[in-house]
Amino acid sequence: MSTPVLELDNLSVGFATDRGLVRAVEAVSFSVAPGQMLAVVGESGCGKSVTALAVMGLLPDSAQLGGRILFDGRDAREAQRGRDLAMVFQEPMTSLNPAFTAGEQVAEALRRHRGLAPRAAFDAAVEMLSRAQIPDAERRARQYPHQLSGGMRQRVMIAMALACRPRLLLCDEPTTALDVTVQAQIMALLDELRQETGTAVVLITHDLGVVADRADHVAVMYAGRVVEAAPAAQLFATPQHPYTVGLLGAAPRLVGGRGRLASIEGAVPDPLNLPPGCRFAPRCPFAEARCKQPPPLAEVAPGHSAACWRAPLDQVLAA
Amino acid sequence: MSALLELRDLRKLFPVRDALGRSRGAVRAVDGVSLSVAQGEVLAIVGESGCGKSTLGRLALRLIEPDAGEVRFGGEDLRALSPAALRARRRDMQLIFQDPFASLDPRMTVEAAIAEPMRLHGVVPRGQESAKVAEWLERVGLRADHARRWPHEFSGGQRQRIAIARALASGPKLVIGDEPVSALDVSIQAQVVNLLQDLIRDLGLTFVLISHDLAVVRHIADRVAVMYLGRIVELGETEQVFNRPKHPYTRALLAAVPGQGAKAPPLAGDVPSPMAPPSGCRFHTRCAHAVAKCREVDPMLPSEAHAAACHLAAELPPAIAPHETETGGERLRRLQAFFTQGTAA
Repeated sequence: MSTPVLELDNLSVGFATDRGLVRAVEAVSFSVAPGQMLAVVGESGCGKSVTALAVMGLLPDSAQLGGRILFDGRDAREAQRGRDLAMVFQEPMTSLNPAFTAGEQVAEALRRHRGLAPRAAFDAAVEMLSRAQIPDAERRARQYPHQLSGGMRQRVMIAMALACRPRLLLCDEPTTALDVTVQAQIMALLDELRQETGTAVVLITHDLGVVADRADHVAVMYAGRVVEAAPAAQLFATPQHPYTVGLLGAAPRLVGGRGRLASIEGAVPDPLNLPPGCRFAPRCPFAEARCKQPPPLAEVAPGHSAACWRAPLDQVLAA
Repeated sequence: MSALLELRDLRKLFPVRDALGRSRGAVRAVDGVSLSVAQGEVLAIVGESGCGKSTLGRLALRLIEPDAGEVRFGGEDLRALSPAALRARRRDMQLIFQDPFASLDPRMTVEAAIAEPMRLHGVVPRGQESAKVAEWLERVGLRADHARRWPHEFSGGQRQRIAIARALASGPKLVIGDEPVSALDVSIQAQVVNLLQDLIRDLGLTFVLISHDLAVVRHIADRVAVMYLGRIVELGETEQVFNRPKHPYTRALLAAVPGQGAKAPPLAGDVPSPMAPPSGCRFHTRCAHAVAKCREVDPMLPSEAHAAACHLAAELPPAIAPHETETGGERLRRLQAFFTQGTAA
């Protein structure tokens, strides 16, 4: 195996609040190889976005960081944002500057990180926009964000992020605000560019369908911790953490079946008042006494780990 | 079956003005929609942003006035009602919004929020409101003692339960849900979908679900209307529309739903501007099958049980029904059964 582009080693992030310390991310470890897509899956508040912001170095100074973030085997703080690693956010309108045209914003990335002259940078920006499948890129490059549709703006963000051929691209719910047909276009575009440039992608999402279609590896997060990690096909075929099992059952399916959804009772715990031991235990139908102790993320099958005392869950079925 | 709600050739234009107030044309949000919803039916209106589905829902409740067309509720023309008569009629038709953070008044306790429609419509004798509120709270999966609390004390899923209780408190016959579960996380969404299904069945509600989420629609709806640029392009029973979609747009929409394996995106480009919809069939600019006729002649929605507004509907190759990448199989189903049967331990 080549050196991973990104490696998180026991990352934790805490925020001091008036009501106490919020442990947003705790002991998270994973890595991404060049050209691979890792999906980080979970619901609101699970820590997936905070993890991405930590990698980008975009957390406020008050955040308390622990553990290590390695980029190409070196401390990620030495990596250059924009050139080595880039990020695409959910809402492109708030990430684009309304006062500059699409072309100027992509060109600026190229001037800054690749040292291109203004004219050459603008030409390269138009080229990038057309690679990001923006039709009539020459004209669109001269338009302002408000003149573009949501899907078009997200393509501009992707063009900007990929302009300098970063080794790592972090995408935080890049298609959540978009319609389903546009979402399909953006995901296909990301795949194409990834294959072309060998950029590694970390996709942060709540959409298991997108993950099943596109990701190589998956890390499932719950209440700040990784509860299951596996190659995507394996995770969907034999999920080993009860939370993953519940999530898969909670999503309604396109292929019929109108029975009750396997909803997970209750709600995500208050980050200021986390249950001791396994954080999913209060909602887990498989919980037992030892779940009061925190379960380690341990390998249950080759390359497949789960943080659950009862994993592999096949034991539950055999009983 | 008798129709509880009937929409006939509804039209709604929203004028667009520039910064100086000069008219720049109009968005044709709903452009000739006819639809009837039977008593006790769950009808879904699906489509992407800007297709007019939310405007249609508001027109159906006469929350906004149509420019043309008719809305009949229980056989009565809503447009002919006096303001007072319309207010009384509101008891029978309610709306659930997408965002439970915006739809509840932060200065009203849960009890006040749920009791308000009861009092307004005089459905519960004075003095018995608290008991009725407690009953509703339990019915939507909350506790009676939640009544004294404020909206900000609740999570998104709990607030949506409160909003549902408020919508149902006046005893409506028709409920329109505008993306009622779209803002919720998937595990919470499943709880609220299950709750809505229980309430629809137990109360015999007529429910119109406005949604962009095809999997949720498939799960809940009896019939589906697919909208594109202000028009219904396909209408039929859920099973028919999902397994044998007739309209090329419906086919593309279904093919775009993730979870069916990585493949080429089914549609290129964006939806054209609703200020200047294309001539002929509005979908022809993006349709792989379009012929000359499609650019010139506007196709009508035939009055069949499963209908598509497409000149080529009869000639198109058979549709491929959506298929999802199989996950987990029998093992997963057995594990998930532990969740449906409630928490053991």
